[in-house]
Amino acid sequence: MKNDYRARNHPAWWAFLLHRLSGLALSVFLPFHFWALGQAMLGEARLDSLLRWTEQPLVKFAEIVLVLLLAAHLTGGLRLLALEFLPWRDWQKSLLAWAAGAALAVGLAFALAL
Amino acid sequence: MSSAGQGYAVGPAAAPGTSAKTETWLWIAQRASAALLALCVLVHLFTIIYAVRHGLSGAHILERTRGNAAGLVFYMVYVLAIAVHAPIGLRTLCQEWLGWRSASLNWITVAIALALFVFGLRAAWAVFVAPL
Repeated sequence: MKNDYRARNHPAWWAFLLHRLSGLALSVFLPFHFWALGQAMLGEARLDSLLRWTEQPLVKFAEIVLVLLLAAHLTGGLRLLALEFLPWRDWQKSLLAWAAGAALAVGLAFALAL
Repeated sequence: MSSAGQGYAVGPAAAPGTSAKTETWLWIAQRASAALLALCVLVHLFTIIYAVRHGLSGAHILERTRGNAAGLVFYMVYVLAIAVHAPIGLRTLCQEWLGWRSASLNWITVAIALALFVFGLRAAWAVFVAPL
């Protein structure tokens, strides 16, 4: 048990957990996203009423979290692909920090654009 | 019974009813779709930020998207990559965290993939092509 805890209390394990949980959250969000976009079939007015609904502060906050999760899943996934397919280099140890930084930058850019 | 999973405490190859060959193909499909999605998500993130900055109304969005063939093709490819990537990821999660390793998991995975593909294409059609 002690070994389990020590193995998990490591940045790489937290990166794994974030990648898995962000993937799960994005998978749960996708059907709602597809449904909302499908409403465009009913015309501009229907799309506008959905967009008005997204003006609520809580929905805006959820959107920022979703964009952050998407960016984190992207950068975490690129890190995994680099680890799995590229020959080992010392700079690969810094990939975690780069992945986190890039994801935060995207989230911030979206939050500022809102 | 496959011997491919020997030596691993957990792992996709331990799923009964799934051959090691199928597991290998699923692994390759997961990585290939991930590489494609990396590009798609990057473009999508830029599109989201651009859309938010240039008027987020039904009229503004549809004005930019309707009749945009390149956009439709891009999002069709995006949807296809999602329909491959997400169900395989969820399958791994079910195996490792829920201990769900029966053959029914494979059928659920295929059903999720088909549903994501169909509803994703419907969404792309709704945004990029004139209403039905």
